[in-house]
Amino acid sequence: MADYNMHVLVCGGTGCKASESEQIKNNFKKYLSELGLADEVQVITTGCFGFCEKGPIVKILPDNTFYTQVTPKDVWEIVEEHIVKGRKVKHLLYKDPKNDHLIPDATGMDFYKKQIRIALRNCGFINPENVEEYIARDGYAALGTCLSEKTPEEVIQVVKDSGLRGRGGGGFPTGLKWELTRKAAGDQKYVVCNADEGDPGAFMDRSILEGDPHSVIEAMAICGYCVGADKGLVYIRAEYPLAIQRLKVAINQAKEYGLLGTDILGTGFHFDIELKYGAGAFVCGEETALIHSMEGLRGEPTVKPPFPAESGYLGKPTNVNNVETFANIPVIINKGAAWFSAIGTEKSKGTKVFALAGNINNVGLIEVPMGTTLREVIYDIGGGIKDGKEFKSVQTGGPSGGCLTKDFLDVPIDYDNLLKAGSMMGSGGMIVMDEGDCMVSIAKFYLEFTLEESCGKCTPCRIGNKRLHEILDKITSGKGTREDLDRLRILGNVIKDTSLCGLGQTSPNPVLSTLDNFMDEYLAHVDEHKCPAGQCKKLLHYSIDDEKCTGCTLCFRNCPVGAISGEKRSPHYIDQSLCIKCGVCLEKCKFGAVLIR
Amino acid sequence: MPKIKLAEKTIELIKEICASFDNKEGELINVLHQVQSKLGYLPAEVQEVIARELNMSVAKVYGVVTFYSFFTMKPQGEFPISICMGTACYVRGAEQVLSEFKRQLKIEVGQTTADGKFSLSSLRCVGACGLAPVVMVGEKVFGRVTSPQVLKIIEEYKEVNVEE
Repeated sequence: MADYNMHVLVCGGTGCKASESEQIKNNFKKYLSELGLADEVQVITTGCFGFCEKGPIVKILPDNTFYTQVTPKDVWEIVEEHIVKGRKVKHLLYKDPKNDHLIPDATGMDFYKKQIRIALRNCGFINPENVEEYIARDGYAALGTCLSEKTPEEVIQVVKDSGLRGRGGGGFPTGLKWELTRKAAGDQKYVVCNADEGDPGAFMDRSILEGDPHSVIEAMAICGYCVGADKGLVYIRAEYPLAIQRLKVAINQAKEYGLLGTDILGTGFHFDIELKYGAGAFVCGEETALIHSMEGLRGEPTVKPPFPAESGYLGKPTNVNNVETFANIPVIINKGAAWFSAIGTEKSKGTKVFALAGNINNVGLIEVPMGTTLREVIYDIGGGIKDGKEFKSVQTGGPSGGCLTKDFLDVPIDYDNLLKAGSMMGSGGMIVMDEGDCMVSIAKFYLEFTLEESCGKCTPCRIGNKRLHEILDKITSGKGTREDLDRLRILGNVIKDTSLCGLGQTSPNPVLSTLDNFMDEYLAHVDEHKCPAGQCKKLLHYSIDDEKCTGCTLCFRNCPVGAISGEKRSPHYIDQSLCIKCGVCLEKCKFGAVLIR
Repeated sequence: MPKIKLAEKTIELIKEICASFDNKEGELINVLHQVQSKLGYLPAEVQEVIARELNMSVAKVYGVVTFYSFFTMKPQGEFPISICMGTACYVRGAEQVLSEFKRQLKIEVGQTTADGKFSLSSLRCVGACGLAPVVMVGEKVFGRVTSPQVLKIIEEYKEVNVEE
């Protein structure tokens, strides 16, 4: 960022792109060149800023101004007021929801204050399609150090000493994995980057690849050097077109600069990267399934051992790491193992990226040191629950994780604590639920996901989860019994113990954890046939209050099934046998006369 | 399903794609991606050609096509509508939005309207959770969709004539 004296950074993540950020960037360019400022003010598209709730985001440097929910129409005002006259555009500044103060500068936002960004260090700061910007921020320095000053064993030792554990969910020590692959016998070895982010509600891998693809490329090359592989493969979801495109651009640039390909940096080390596309199968996040999918087969897992480190892609030793794990590597090499291991808790070092979503004020992508509590994440960074509602639960670990109650809010987040609490780290999805969410329905929702994604190879997962789902369906329809609750627990544990791969071994977690933490809700469904949150449609009962109904006929005219009858200007009536419980009458009534129970 | 007769041109196209991957069995998924992006879907007849070219059984090809949710054997509507059913969208009301689409279009998930205009599907997380609930029509993303907006979105596309 050399000659310009001002920079406009426009977020080009998938979320902001969907809200016309491309048009915003084009407008900036157009207006600036009209004013003859194109050589003084640089406009670039960056990766995700993380603050997706208020996207599209536009950041202006050097004064760090953070504009939120910018529309293409606002651009002229920003150019004229801020860039030309030096006055900040107040109505686009972020407003602190606690006291309505305008925050002129991004560093003053609670959202960023508690974060430490290692894996996301460059997201939102550099143009991901320009390798020079990556290099300007110490990019490829770690690769240079490794190739010219360290032996592979020494690099592996640094990674081991750093305490880095796999960020994809398993939490296996990364250095150890590298060492196993290095020691495995074989003339040809492979490095694989798992970018098959299937966990609904998690989008950290996508954001890293979109915002800082070179960090992953650099780390894969380092890994190749350590394990003795000259070939890298990125297994990426076909549903991420932007990430694929940026990764392709980055790979080509790295090749042009001699940072990939033959004889890298003149050291005699060769390394190349190829892309392989996923096709929408959650189970392919599992190492062995992923490898089969890369070979062009159905993505079904196989029994371990043999581990991929011994026999992986095409039967050769293969090291599989997740995107976020790789993104940590260059920093660890540059700053040292001691620096990294000083962050975090005793057994979980460094930071973790979480995708904060659900009924929370600041939806977005955050990175916090291990050991941060859920309360800090949800209330300080996340800004609390939406619409002033009551916190009910936080779900971590995606379809393999569990739902935690407010009793767990002060637990420091790390791999082991989350496991102990009955959930897991997973890839870092964090979904916040409020009093309006029914936990039985949530458990059912996750099971529907597992059911669809189960590959069908082993019986406990294929049939067991189906039975679990049927029982939950029975309960949410008001036909469940207490015996069904016992059945859920027994069957859930059997599935956990007997399934072949990680998918089946963790699929009952949402059910088991809600049984543990929200038994009262299950009992309300079973004993009283009521859904306390009012979410289970079949348990709802709509009626019209005679006193309040004015006979305006609005509900009658909008009811899709003709279940409402009544004369004009006299109270109406809902025929329960016809009512499909769609809630249209409740939505339409202007007098609050529709009652729900 | 009635048998479709593939045009000579289509068969040539499939063969070209297979050849560009050296007719290797291991490249099956890449081949399927390319063919689907050109033809829109992968009917049985297309799979037969691919199996022949890659020298593998049709059953194996079919096994892979049906395993992955990205591949489809049915033609999509002119405007494919996908409702995100990721967790973030779900807790912000995606289910109500989906049922409103079903009600308005009178089709179920996986079906196409009789006039071939719209098809309906649900997908898992496009990663735009800040905009939840999210609906995609083709490549365009609609964020923070509520049930009353559903009809407006449909109307918007009803008037579009693709020929123009």
